[in-house]
Amino acid sequence: MELWHGLIKAIELIISLDPEVMEIAGRSLQISVAATVLASLICLPLASLIYFSHFPGKRALINLIQTFFSIPTVAIGLFVFILFSRAGPMGGLNLLFTPTVMVIGQMILITPILLGLTISALSGIDKAIPDTARSLGASQLQTATVVLREARFAVVAAVIMGFGRAISEVGVALMVGGNIKGFTRVITTAISLETSKGDLELSIALGIILITIALLVNLVLNRIQQR
Amino acid sequence: MPPQPRLRVATTTSLYDTGLWGYLEPMFEQKYNVELDVMYAGTGKALEYGIRGDVDVITVHSKAREEEFIAEGYGVERVPFAYNYFLILGPPADPAGIKGLSPEEALQRLMDSAKASFVSRGDDSGTHAKEKKIWQAAGYAYEAVRKAGSWYIEAGSGMGPTLMMASEKQAYTLTDMGTYLAYKGKLELVPIVDKGDILLNVYSAIAVNPAANPKTKVDMAHNLIAFLTSPQIQELIGSYGVEEYGRQLFTPCAGAEPK
Repeated sequence: MELWHGLIKAIELIISLDPEVMEIAGRSLQISVAATVLASLICLPLASLIYFSHFPGKRALINLIQTFFSIPTVAIGLFVFILFSRAGPMGGLNLLFTPTVMVIGQMILITPILLGLTISALSGIDKAIPDTARSLGASQLQTATVVLREARFAVVAAVIMGFGRAISEVGVALMVGGNIKGFTRVITTAISLETSKGDLELSIALGIILITIALLVNLVLNRIQQR
Repeated sequence: MPPQPRLRVATTTSLYDTGLWGYLEPMFEQKYNVELDVMYAGTGKALEYGIRGDVDVITVHSKAREEEFIAEGYGVERVPFAYNYFLILGPPADPAGIKGLSPEEALQRLMDSAKASFVSRGDDSGTHAKEKKIWQAAGYAYEAVRKAGSWYIEAGSGMGPTLMMASEKQAYTLTDMGTYLAYKGKLELVPIVDKGDILLNVYSAIAVNPAANPKTKVDMAHNLIAFLTSPQIQELIGSYGVEEYGRQLFTPCAGAEPK
């Protein structure tokens, strides 16, 4: 019955656009969208570069990237914490416990997924396409663009995966964000705190919002794909 | 993000889970025109943040470790600002029969029976340190307690989650009075042992020493400590939660060690 009661309360919180719930959800979205966009800007070209170049150890590199798909979020959290703590090498930037460092942490977290899945996406394209482009006089960059466009469904899927991992993770957000109310509190860290406080309604409401956001992002990206 | 003066405080979970910090935060922010970032962590973690210079002030409750922190040059001064008492909670039926015993005897009884579960914070917090101290006073080495059997459960989390776990498992646990009162309505646990000098629980605030970490904001940190010990805020701390929980959560003790 607790679940039922919580669910009803949660829906009330959402329908009434409860300011606290909206603020937390908005922040989650901002941080994870920023991380996904920035990481994509780096990873999509980088993945094409890896895919189109030939160098010794390429297979091993791809294996390594794929291994890092499953790196624990808390391991990234610890790494970023040590890096940005005032006593750490990047401590002078004074970024620990800010939304900025959460974006950086999530970027690091999803980089392997974006790289690995983009490389897979490119691998799925008919080899004749880049060959044709080149024979028609396309430059390397133009060829890469043509192939990326052909692979766009799978590439968008990679970006969705990256975003999904970013917005759903709690380890990095908690360790380097510090879960500061009104500043670094996001959906997952709020759920973790509220559940531990026994405040299940807010947790359920935030959980529903998290899933709704995921659904909306998927719908939007699917629409883009079909253009 | 526009640049804004921010002050970071790492607080023991009991001052956070009771809502006290949430209550005081806006008052301080308004008075000093600063953004206060409150992070909850067990005393051990809060001290670690202080050592690394990641926060400007800590509010914790573990005297021996606070004194060590200051002696090592990481903190400026230990300023007690409130206290209350720890208590041992347990299932209403008191299966181990420890009601009426002293805290030390109660733990001895739990150890002897080795059946009734006990949930420990297990997170290096101030409450955990107190628990170790009681075990020691009861005549046990803490390492032996940890290996005593499956009845001894280490939760590894804050006071609130530990209370919820103890309630779910119908186990005994050591808690501070404030968090217990704030969580009382959600728990199927009752106070079993609440008398004994060893149960005194003193909260103090310590500014992180700029000599060890030059970037910390020691002036604003001192403002926060002055704020906490000011007569007006002391009165608010003393009356915090009285209406909601029917009794005092924290006794103010501005700057002086309670006897």
